Amino acid sequence: MRTAFIKALNELAESDSRVCLVVGDLGYSVIEEFANKHPDQFVNAGVAEQNMIGLAVGMALSGKIVFTYSIGNFGTLRCLEQIRNDACYHRANVKVVAVGGGLAYGNLGVTHHASEDVAILRALPNMTVVAPGDPIEARLATRAVVALDGPCYLRLGKAGEPVVHTTEPAFELGRAIELRPGSDVTLIASGGMLATADQVAGQLAGKGLSVRLLSMHTIKPLDRDAVVRAATETRFVFTLEEHSIEGGLGGAVAEVLAELEGEHAPLKRIGLRPEFNRVVGDQRYLKSLHGLDEEGVMKTIQPIISRSFRLVG
Amino acid sequence: MARSASDDDLRALARRLRSHSLRMISEAKTSHIGSCLSLADILAVLYGSVLRVDPKRPDWADRDRLIVSKGHAAAVTYAAVAEAGFMPLERLGEYARNGGQLYGHVTHAGVPGVEMSNGSLGHGLPVGTGMALTAKRERRDWRVFVLMSDGECDEGSNWEAILFAAHHGLDNLVIVIDYNKIQSLDFVDKTIRLEPLADKFRAFGWGVRELDGHDVAALRGTLESLPIEAGKPNAIIAHTIKGKGVSWMEGKVLWHYRPPAEGEELARALAEVEAS
Repeated sequence: MRTAFIKALNELAESDSRVCLVVGDLGYSVIEEFANKHPDQFVNAGVAEQNMIGLAVGMALSGKIVFTYSIGNFGTLRCLEQIRNDACYHRANVKVVAVGGGLAYGNLGVTHHASEDVAILRALPNMTVVAPGDPIEARLATRAVVALDGPCYLRLGKAGEPVVHTTEPAFELGRAIELRPGSDVTLIASGGMLATADQVAGQLAGKGLSVRLLSMHTIKPLDRDAVVRAATETRFVFTLEEHSIEGGLGGAVAEVLAELEGEHAPLKRIGLRPEFNRVVGDQRYLKSLHGLDEEGVMKTIQPIISRSFRLVG
Repeated sequence: MARSASDDDLRALARRLRSHSLRMISEAKTSHIGSCLSLADILAVLYGSVLRVDPKRPDWADRDRLIVSKGHAAAVTYAAVAEAGFMPLERLGEYARNGGQLYGHVTHAGVPGVEMSNGSLGHGLPVGTGMALTAKRERRDWRVFVLMSDGECDEGSNWEAILFAAHHGLDNLVIVIDYNKIQSLDFVDKTIRLEPLADKFRAFGWGVRELDGHDVAALRGTLESLPIEAGKPNAIIAHTIKGKGVSWMEGKVLWHYRPPAEGEELARALAEVEAS
């Protein structure tokens, strides 16, 4: 996703000199091409994230479209008040990009685990929160947020995530993408969990279930209509995210369903337990500890749907 | 006011800014009169003879940008913006009033002429630095002025920007520190010592000028002949007196918070300011 993002940004910067990239001394082997090709559109703010956001806001208020780039928590939580007061309150055209969303930097330590960022940034007025599901969505999201007037949080994984979409989908911020139509259960995924959700959907379909799969790449503003349809047209809704189950995609969907009148499907949030990891592990390993690999997700889903559906095999 | 304003014109403007601030803060019963009074001469000189702004076109692309990072000096900032013609003086009655738009900390929304909202300290300089960088890169000659408090220098975010601005040679960036020696709870020297402040800025690669922040001629002399040193950002350390202009408020921590009582106390304060 990181690669798809920077490639798209390079192209956009080529055709629009307002597009700038401000990095917090991170992005080795990623940002060099941008820096070399567009020196007047590039800034390394150094290891100083509060100033990085402030700078970006100052540039944006002077007419630029500014992407900041850092790792998970550094470019978001470290400078949260700058994002709130300076970027969001002034509706500045600042796009906060975090790489390593979730457990992408698993064995680097808890400091590098971005597990509450979506919940926190989602609470800010004027903010748009986007977590693309695969490299294709990352490319389309990068273009879409350039066109968006106002602040945005773009949460990316690392590199090497699988491509899930087989064709280029229509991409609109705030509009979920349906990868599979279905009428029994709905899986709603954000970020890199889209690939796992796609595999799980395949397994469930193999058991005779009609599975709807949605990529909820925009967590704020949430596609409320898609959530309501899922909860009224199918019999169970699952959310899948590499983020705490508190306040992220699952929280956002729960907010919609809690206020939904009339009969609707129940919800199960699948995500990270809201606690600090205590065991060292790479992304794959830690995800399995949280039940976020294909097997773990199936283990969570299976008993729930066994109660509601007669399954083949 | 045009650049041809005399020093006496600027002193008269500063007196009006002090009077407005006293009335606004007294009527709304808010804090920070001391911080407003210490900043009045600096704002009067900036709006009266330095800033290239056009009240008819608050969004004019080539305007100088003024950021009041010490957002608690709100009353005097709104007064300065109104006196400069960005909004009618009657709007000062909205200050800290239910249903108005002039919050108790400097607010941009609905207030023409105010570039940036502040209230949490340490935000203005990084944003000003981004503006100055943009002007530099686009070879525009507009400048960025950031007004800061002394207590605000405790905030680490400022020092991030101070490093950055020097590295990038932003001599179109000007900070004026309203060095009134008193912060929220106590004197600066008893809280987090800043001295030697000028040496700190020099060591960080800034051009530095220390002056009396109530001396209109001295302020003009420096602000009308920037940069202090070519290729370096500008730090003007303005030695001021908290509560300047009202004898019983001068140099007192108390008046960071207490508003002048309406009636006799306000009248005496206004009389002192008008006689100054």
